[in-house]
Amino acid sequence: MIPVNYYLALAAILFTMGAMGVLIRRNALVIFMSVELMLNAANLTFVTFARMYSTLNTTSVFNGQIFVFFVMTLAAAEVAVGLALIVAIFRSKQSIDVDQLNSLKG
Amino acid sequence: MSGDLILFFILALTAILTGAGMLLSRNAVYSALYLVMNFGTVAVFYLLLGSPFIALSQVTVYGGAIMVLFLFVIMLLGVEHIPAEFEWKNLLPAVLLGLALIGQVLYLVIQKISTTGLQVATSTAEAAPSPLATKLFTVYLLPFEITSILLLVAMIGAIVLTKQEKKGARG
Repeated sequence: MIPVNYYLALAAILFTMGAMGVLIRRNALVIFMSVELMLNAANLTFVTFARMYSTLNTTSVFNGQIFVFFVMTLAAAEVAVGLALIVAIFRSKQSIDVDQLNSLKG
Repeated sequence: MSGDLILFFILALTAILTGAGMLLSRNAVYSALYLVMNFGTVAVFYLLLGSPFIALSQVTVYGGAIMVLFLFVIMLLGVEHIPAEFEWKNLLPAVLLGLALIGQVLYLVIQKISTTGLQVATSTAEAAPSPLATKLFTVYLLPFEITSILLLVAMIGAIVLTKQEKKGARG
């Protein structure tokens, strides 16, 4: 038996790492990877709570796991569109440094 | 300390170190490989939490499909390195914000939730995927079908965004 808050703390640490990645990196691809890391931490929380309710009720509760499915689908769709966007941006600006994408800045 | 906890701490250490590796590698390919390792570790956590099907989806979808797509785009564009990757003047506020976030969350997790003493049973070999599928295709049938529209839209979007216009056209 592992306490729930160990899993929650781990998920929080992973989520924070993802958030830090979005803040400090300038490579758009690494920023995308950090977003994936954050989604993954959220998934870990979902599965942990699903397991917790299964342990409490001594029956299997699957709602959390099904949410993880939907999050995974969303992540796959997001990566496909996001990487297509990055390729399109690279074609027009020859760079994926997010600090150089300032065309809208006055 | 029980075997469960030892396993948990080893895996947690691996997950955190690979996450930090992803965060700090200057080369985007190394970042991607660290992230694959991280996803594998999280998949083992899913196994421990009694959801083998999610664990295998994690390995296939995240560790396989998504990361291959990432590596493919990194190598297609040739952007392993970009100049001035870590901008030091932006680093301090980011680190402070990150520390604030982690401090706040860990405070909540440790102080508020530990009082209830909830436990998670480490899974043995049960939890076949069929009850999960039953629930997915009965209660959650409508969201499941809507997911297909989402994937279709994403597919069309990706094709339209990367389509080469004819020579000379801006796009």
